[in-house]
Amino acid sequence: MVDVTRGALEGIPAAEVPDVELYHPHSWIEKYVFSQDAKYIAIQYAITALAIGLVALVLSWLIRLQLGFPGTFSFIDAHAYYQFITMHGMIMVIYLLTALFLGGFGNYLIPLMVGARDMVFPFVNMLSYWVYLLAVLVLVASFFFPGGPTGAGWTLYPPQAISAGTPGQEGGIILMLVSLLIFIVGFTMGGLNYVVTVLQGRARGMTLMRLPLTVWGIFTATVLALLAFPALFVAIIMMLLDKILGTSFFMPAIVSMGEQTAHRGGSPILFQHLFWFFGHPEVYIVALPAFGIVSDLIATHARRNIFGYRMMVWAIVAIGGLSFVVWAHHMYVSGMNPYFGFFFATTTLIIAVPTAIKVYNWVLTLWRGNIHLNTPMLFALGFIITFVNGGLSGLFLGNVVVDVPLSDTMFVVAHFHMVMGIAPIMVIFGAIYHWYPKITGRMMSELLGKFHFWVTFLGAYAIFFPLHYIGLQGVPRRYHELGDAAFIPPNVATLNQFVTVAALIVGFAQMVFLYNLITSIWRGKPSGGNPWRATTLEWQTEETPPSHGNWGKDLPVVYRWAYDYSVPGAKEDFIPQNQMSATETGVRS
Amino acid sequence: MPASVIFVTVVIAVIGWWLLQQRLTAKPWLEEGVIGEFDGTGSIALPVAKVALWVLIAVIGSLFGLLISAYFMRMGYPDWRPIIVPRMLWFNTGALALTSVALYGAQRAVDRRQLNDVKARLVLAGFFGVTFVAGQLWVWHELTAAGNLIATNPADSFFYLVTGLHGLHVLGGLIALAWTADRAWRRFAPDKLRLNVELSAIYWHFMLVVWLILFSLVTGLADDFGTICRQLLT
Repeated sequence: MVDVTRGALEGIPAAEVPDVELYHPHSWIEKYVFSQDAKYIAIQYAITALAIGLVALVLSWLIRLQLGFPGTFSFIDAHAYYQFITMHGMIMVIYLLTALFLGGFGNYLIPLMVGARDMVFPFVNMLSYWVYLLAVLVLVASFFFPGGPTGAGWTLYPPQAISAGTPGQEGGIILMLVSLLIFIVGFTMGGLNYVVTVLQGRARGMTLMRLPLTVWGIFTATVLALLAFPALFVAIIMMLLDKILGTSFFMPAIVSMGEQTAHRGGSPILFQHLFWFFGHPEVYIVALPAFGIVSDLIATHARRNIFGYRMMVWAIVAIGGLSFVVWAHHMYVSGMNPYFGFFFATTTLIIAVPTAIKVYNWVLTLWRGNIHLNTPMLFALGFIITFVNGGLSGLFLGNVVVDVPLSDTMFVVAHFHMVMGIAPIMVIFGAIYHWYPKITGRMMSELLGKFHFWVTFLGAYAIFFPLHYIGLQGVPRRYHELGDAAFIPPNVATLNQFVTVAALIVGFAQMVFLYNLITSIWRGKPSGGNPWRATTLEWQTEETPPSHGNWGKDLPVVYRWAYDYSVPGAKEDFIPQNQMSATETGVRS
Repeated sequence: MPASVIFVTVVIAVIGWWLLQQRLTAKPWLEEGVIGEFDGTGSIALPVAKVALWVLIAVIGSLFGLLISAYFMRMGYPDWRPIIVPRMLWFNTGALALTSVALYGAQRAVDRRQLNDVKARLVLAGFFGVTFVAGQLWVWHELTAAGNLIATNPADSFFYLVTGLHGLHVLGGLIALAWTADRAWRRFAPDKLRLNVELSAIYWHFMLVVWLILFSLVTGLADDFGTICRQLLT
């Protein structure tokens, strides 16, 4: 590193970001329930998301029980099975991953990491959570509605989503659509906050290129979500009109249950375009925060500056931009023009370039690093491996000729569970173990954490590796029972049993995680303010957990980037972003 | 979808242009020290609320861009029977344009610090805005009376959908206008009023632009563009 001359302290110009007047709660309810403090809102988001995620986890057991031991459990009939897969998918993608990464980590980390006292619009931020909770409640209500929740598959393709014969088409589908509309409204409120806080709320000295990659990831993902969710919004309104008022946006003329329906001329393909215009960016809405967080976990626990910071930022931005021109690779089998497919296959493969850059940079950050194999690091490493695995099968599926035979097989299920199921969840776990000390002031149990990691990591491979094979045999997804099909070899049934047992074990490991998460609140050993000896601002607060307003009297001033680990000549192996000189004396050797 | 892709491209271009000003080529690992030595430290020189409004405009723009995409795609199907647009729609367009003009006037009056002019123009804007919404409802009434119900033909469905969604967003604009008026009358604070008037004006100009595009859509002025978009897709 080159020595840099620093100006005198007196040279600091007046604050570009004036300190804000904070809203102070007046009662217990305003402090803990209808809180406007982003940290409380984050915890509310996280608890709600984890709670509804637990429902989705149980649904996945039921799905696996049916696939592993068909016919054994009489209550999982075809209707129930479709309802389970639909709700499992939708909850995991939208209500857990999106809400937890952006609403949970976004709310907690953005103000702290950029050096702000709170989000820029705390009231709107509070509304965002309550609207999200309402969306979750409406979704849960569909379980108790006559006819049950919708069984249309998480993609909700018309015409079957709203046609007679599909489970939950009486009311479940309406509740699902309304719940999504509410979710999008709530998310937009939160998303405005995240974006504007990053743009306008940064502390003095926090240039964009000094932001931790976590903030870059969450910021870019929020921009994507703000632009992509309207596609889902439009599609849902049109489908609701088709369902309730009998319009024909998506519904073609069909004979249903022996009767000609009143619909005519609608285009199911139009829905697919709108859905995937949202659906593909959604993959990156989940992946980009994971990319960002994992970068910080790796740098911190390998005690090394992130390799190629600029490249990492550019890659995040490039992935964000490209994610809007790949949507039709989900539609290769929809009968589109082959040239159209060629275009989307090309853009899909191009997006692999910035993604690969990120993977190389993570690995190069580890190279000759001082790797601490604690729980957050283990999960970060687990993420890299799993993401590479899932990404590689994505290269298969991105090519039209390979995708066509594999379309709607278990291979696709295995692919997307690896790349946007297991991989982001690994990061969520790693991030929870990493930031738990800041949130509660106590460490989570390392022993239980490592147990949780190894069972989850190995278990996930025990579940999804066989599914790739099963998919390559041509076993279709979304089948309640395979029956006797000549093309399915007998070992598929055995493998399915194995996968089911593995899934149950992995599910059990999550109970250990929950136990650790809850009991560590009072049993964990006190962590102090900066247990990982990390550089970013959230670890430099005066109090742990940070009090209302995050910083004491004065806002922090930022003097350096977020990755000054193991700087030669420095007194410690990390230099916090708000520390002016590398050594306490201000002279650098 | 080309219409949406164009819109998203424009948004990304704006973001990209802005990012380029932020010295993305900086080498942060070498830049250590006092603020002020390096550019791009601070936030955008706009009020927070204004930045938020522009972000919101991008979101709403994306919503209408996608609606327009869907409109063009559906339009190409053989069962599409274009609506005969009621003349009233021209009148409504005029009312919405006048709202914008009145708010522009209000903004000028704020600059001149003439509170009475501001108030008068806000009232005028509110009047034209309400006229627009009422006029749109009347158009719906006329169409319904003529037998064009929402499910009659996809062209009708889309007409009700786009005008309905636009109308909802205009209602939001009216709420913002009421808020601004409240600032002018009851909770008067010159700086905040100035910002409120400006933000209302920007939002209503945006609503006018969206409406002009939707208007060209439902009156068939944009048919050729739709044909081009469809040909790109098929």
